Amino acid sequence: MEVVQMQRRFAEYTASLFREGFLDAQFTQLQQLQDETNPDFVEEVVSLFFEDSEKLVNNLAKTLDQQNFDYKKVDALVHQLKGSSASIGAQRVKNVCVAFRQFCEDQNVEACLGCLQQVKQECFLVKNKLETLFRMEQQIVAAGGSIPVMEYN
Amino acid sequence: MNFGRGGKGVGAGSMSAAVYGGVSDQFPAGLRVLVVDDDPTCLMILERMLRACRYEVTKCNRAEIALNLLRQNKNGFDVVISDVHMPDMDGFKLLEHIGLEMDLPVIMMSADDGKQVVMKGITHGACDYLIKPVRIEALKNIWQHVVRKKKNEWKDLDPLGSGVEDGDRPQKVSDDADYTSSANEDNWKGTKKRKDGEEEVEERDETSTLKKPRVVWSVELHQQFVAAVNQLGVDKAVPKKILELMNVPGLTRENVASHLQKYRLYLKRICSAQQQQNGLNLAPQDAPYVPLSSLNGFDYQAVAAAGQLQPQSLATLQMAGLGRSGSKSGIGITNVDQKNLFCFENPKSRYGDGRHQQQIANAGNQPNFLHGIPTTMEPRQLAHFQQSSQSFGNLNIQVNTHATNCTSLMMPMAQQQPRGAILNEVAAGNVSRIASQLNPSNGNAGGLVRSVVAENCRGQVYNPVVTQGSSIAVKHPAEFSCSSFPLASTPRIPSIMSKMPTQDDINSRLKAAGGFVPSYDIFSELQQHKSQDWALPSVGLNFDGSQNTHPVQGNFDVSPSVLVNQGISSDQKSEANRNASPAGSVTLLPGQANGQTINQRQSINQHLIGLHVESLPVPKVDRDQNLNSQHTLYSEQFGQDDLMAAILKQQQFGLGAVEPEFDFDGFPMDNLRV
Repeated sequence: MEVVQMQRRFAEYTASLFREGFLDAQFTQLQQLQDETNPDFVEEVVSLFFEDSEKLVNNLAKTLDQQNFDYKKVDALVHQLKGSSASIGAQRVKNVCVAFRQFCEDQNVEACLGCLQQVKQECFLVKNKLETLFRMEQQIVAAGGSIPVMEYN
Repeated sequence: MNFGRGGKGVGAGSMSAAVYGGVSDQFPAGLRVLVVDDDPTCLMILERMLRACRYEVTKCNRAEIALNLLRQNKNGFDVVISDVHMPDMDGFKLLEHIGLEMDLPVIMMSADDGKQVVMKGITHGACDYLIKPVRIEALKNIWQHVVRKKKNEWKDLDPLGSGVEDGDRPQKVSDDADYTSSANEDNWKGTKKRKDGEEEVEERDETSTLKKPRVVWSVELHQQFVAAVNQLGVDKAVPKKILELMNVPGLTRENVASHLQKYRLYLKRICSAQQQQNGLNLAPQDAPYVPLSSLNGFDYQAVAAAGQLQPQSLATLQMAGLGRSGSKSGIGITNVDQKNLFCFENPKSRYGDGRHQQQIANAGNQPNFLHGIPTTMEPRQLAHFQQSSQSFGNLNIQVNTHATNCTSLMMPMAQQQPRGAILNEVAAGNVSRIASQLNPSNGNAGGLVRSVVAENCRGQVYNPVVTQGSSIAVKHPAEFSCSSFPLASTPRIPSIMSKMPTQDDINSRLKAAGGFVPSYDIFSELQQHKSQDWALPSVGLNFDGSQNTHPVQGNFDVSPSVLVNQGISSDQKSEANRNASPAGSVTLLPGQANGQTINQRQSINQHLIGLHVESLPVPKVDRDQNLNSQHTLYSEQFGQDDLMAAILKQQQFGLGAVEPEFDFDGFPMDNLRV
């Protein structure tokens, strides 16, 4: 595939991620922070996020699994996840967290469990999407091209 | 001066230069930021963003580490950015610590944008609150907080006419850092010394009209200071006399005054820190009181002397501790219970032992007691002690000092015996009022407010206020020397501290003051909320009236007492005064908020400590005017003894305001070494 083609595909793919709500403006901020001195910044941050979120989600699952779990603890974990997902621009994950927190406040155990599943799902999805994106980037770079700068409107 | 980047004081140098119209063309580049967040993703992003703004970034993921870093590098940072929700320490607590110890601008951030949380940030003195996800644009402007803060400091200093005093503020920061930084004594002597020496020289050299050189309290200087204080006697250590004794050229009374306040604050912190450190163990070591001696180099003798740890109390504690030392916890009561117990106990014992306490307070020979208590006694234990012996003035202190002891503080108030009861009621009532007053106020009340807000769960204002570390509570007990201790940090803190209140005194005081020693005129100057007068009888709370354009602000150290005294006006030593004061001081706190958040907080805290310890140094001239007569009262010098005494007093008198506060969890005892 030609570089130009790859770049076009990359641009379209990125645009779709934004359109579908997987990513938001914050992700663009991250991209803008990437430069020659920090060429892998986005990828590093994203992997860090997934590493961390996995722990959080596992922790959540364990907590919710208990008989009488503490909603405060759940809330704290979700809050954490909300913060980090918002920081990398994983919008859908963040949105689920927002709802999740509300259910914690309402002490709605079922809804909480439902949210847990949703959060897992969303994390999984966005992880895949981003992995695809990074792969495309690498291909472009390998082919000698440069990554198109996305403008998120 | 040539400030290179990265050196201590270097940044400050360039910063201040920049601030003052200076020259640093780099500014705000090179701004030294410390970012604290337990979320690694956010931390990484923030670091990258801050670097992109050309700031010097240090990141850490734990609040304790951050505090240590700050303490070790007193002037190593310009601004701190901290997350609100952290596992090891609440962001607000960290905020308080920083405000008290280092007086740096702190920016809070969180994914939580709920109004409550944001308000909490404000009341705790954060200079800004960022909502996550943080954008780089938001970070680009954080330098404004640094500039603003410095600008305010200077402004405060100026009116005081202390042209010489440069740097009371910066000094304060560094002083605090000195106190709080690393735990060992060695710090004092080692690096610090070196650094201080260097800094001191540098700073003095670079005096310029704009820049106010900081007086760096090197180890020797501090030792001279402590020696002078001890020589004068806790009760009598006034900045002026200390200055004379020290005989250090170039040192001003204001320098000494502010240092004195910090010192007191430091002492207070030690107690609470120790307490906290000891967690639930009554006697961490086998001998409950052994730790006392092992307290870090702290001159507890002085403290003990100052405060009035009575031998009896000490003995009691020891016995209790020993008796219980079977188990660390010794006391079967749960911590919480004990605390409550303690609270209850306190009032009783306090009052019951009023007479005792007086004696005890005077006795003050138990250096260990003071220190030991915190270290060895858990609040619980304290409670036990109380149970076992009535004369636990100290306990009260400790319990109160412990941050968690808010309740205890409050409790004492509530629990007071008949005599105390009256007081309690009054105090409680006042406290509530104060609390409410405090709460709504913007966080500038500094520490007090913060604590109020933060810990105000108890609903008892008193505690929160006290816990703030200010010696509101202390005020009461602190009476021993001067009737109205102006709580160092909070102007509003009741000046209860000033003297060994007799029971009657206490009563009257409480009644009138609601247990608060108001007097912080300083605050009033700050213009705080005049309206905040805690409904306490505040005698002359000057703070409302006296707003001396923040003279105080710049130098809290000096004035707290002064201010407080005002409240007390009539009779420093007399309880009556005290009564008045509480009102005064209390209000001050909230009021402070005007843009002084951190400073105020710090001041408050400082004052509080000062109050405890001593009768606050002679207030600044400006204040004097305001103070009706209070100056004298406060001029009693409180040395460490005073501090302790104050603490004891408070406890004794059930003012409950004993410093509960020290919430400074992160305050390693070691650092307290003097």
